[in-house]
Amino acid sequence: MTMASEAAAAMMVLRLRRIYAMELRYWYLLRRSWPRLVDLVYWPTIQMLLWGFINSFLATNSSWVAQAGGVLIAAVLLWDVLFRSQIGMALSFLEEMWSRNLGHLFVSPLTPGEWVVSMMLVSLMRTVVGVLPAALLAMPVFGYSVFDLGLPLLAFFINLMVMGWWLGLIATGLILRWGLGAENLAWMAVFILAPVSAVYYPVSVLPPLLQGVAWLLPSSHVFEGMRAVQFHHTFPLGDFALAVGLNLVYLAGAAALFLRLFHQAQQRGALLVTGE
Amino acid sequence: MSHAVIKVDDLTKCFGALVAVDRISFTVPAGSVTGLLGGNGAGKTTTLSMLLGLSLPTSGVIEILGHQMPRERSRILPRLNFSSPYVDLPHRLTVAENLTVYAHLYGLSGIAARIRDLAAELDINRFLTRPTGSLSAGQKSRVALAKALLNRPRVLLLDEPTASLDPDTADWVRTYLERYRDETGATILLASHNMDEVQRLCAQVLVMRSGRVVTRGTPADLLGRYGRDRLEDVFIDIARDRDGNADGTGRADAA
Repeated sequence: MTMASEAAAAMMVLRLRRIYAMELRYWYLLRRSWPRLVDLVYWPTIQMLLWGFINSFLATNSSWVAQAGGVLIAAVLLWDVLFRSQIGMALSFLEEMWSRNLGHLFVSPLTPGEWVVSMMLVSLMRTVVGVLPAALLAMPVFGYSVFDLGLPLLAFFINLMVMGWWLGLIATGLILRWGLGAENLAWMAVFILAPVSAVYYPVSVLPPLLQGVAWLLPSSHVFEGMRAVQFHHTFPLGDFALAVGLNLVYLAGAAALFLRLFHQAQQRGALLVTGE
Repeated sequence: MSHAVIKVDDLTKCFGALVAVDRISFTVPAGSVTGLLGGNGAGKTTTLSMLLGLSLPTSGVIEILGHQMPRERSRILPRLNFSSPYVDLPHRLTVAENLTVYAHLYGLSGIAARIRDLAAELDINRFLTRPTGSLSAGQKSRVALAKALLNRPRVLLLDEPTASLDPDTADWVRTYLERYRDETGATILLASHNMDEVQRLCAQVLVMRSGRVVTRGTPADLLGRYGRDRLEDVFIDIARDRDGNADGTGRADAA
């Protein structure tokens, strides 16, 4: 091993230590705050129950829903993956704003990129902890298992997680720019895209103009793919490839935007004094 | 004379039309304690913020430990630390948890032993398991100091380290800082409004007004130059522009 590669390896170890440090920071916070833990599980479960009963009702009153048992339950669970992923990013960021800790964090060797990676990992953890109990509960209550989607479920999950990450990056970047006064962006970001994400209905239901918008979103391809698996038992590779491609483009764009806004925050001296 | 650990050359920071720091230059010798004085809005915190890499200079050069900030921040930050009453540690985490997180961020080994040693030195053992937000101002100051000393920094930047502390705790903090400097040879730059503190700790004082360094020297120099017995009176003279010799540009004084 050359000296250069040894130095690079040592640098990578330190990077991983710093990411681990941030995971610890969010884990410490979560484990000693039962309201936060309850909040993680509460909404996905309530949503699943609500849509589960609607699904049960429509299964006997709608031929479309009757064709695929649990189509609405799968939709709401996957929608919650997207929402939890985005809000998981944004909440990790907001915790630092609320606790006025940004100054200490960025006087340490932590880099913005490492912080972003740590927020992504926390959002993954929060999503799994939040959505998994609801998915398991759906089995005894409605006799429906989202895991019956098989391997495609993993493809849908990953795409929605990544979409949540780039939405979270945009929201956090904007909060960094405009301060806690823009906190609502963290909560509403994903809902702006809900109507055109074709969560509970096909893209074809939308007016032509909005269909064009919908096809630009990875989420629409995921939910169309989910219905294809449920109704036709086929995994549409084209939709999957488009979702991955769009996600990569948007993730790169969101990361660039976040880093630019972070740089602007440094120019404004906003990292030391954060607030409204 | 000791070499300069901090070198600031022609540093300027503008926020739109406002010039918060206006072409300041100074050096801080290795192993010294330098005080940065000035009234509210004089530019002290903005200067510290640029030294820490939290704020980007509009122009000018900052060199710390032989490396340029912010370009080489990754080489500087592991050997630097900072404390300010205006930047908190997460309130809901216990003191030990906060210190553990920061120990990992600084890539320390032997974390438990380091926290144990610092806790003993700073007398924070009793509240290691308490949420940081539940501590009194004095206790929080000790914890902030513990966080600032975790990585055994060669350079310590302190923003009002004894603000809002009772005289006994403030004295304890000053004594500790003196001891830390003596034992480690660390270089300390502190912004303060407390003239007794500055007189006691600092070998060199830089006084800022309207973003400029308007005068500098040892505390004894300043007292002599302004014909005053107390540094506080010198501060008031400068703040009210009764300096007599400084022209307000900060360039009348030799460094």
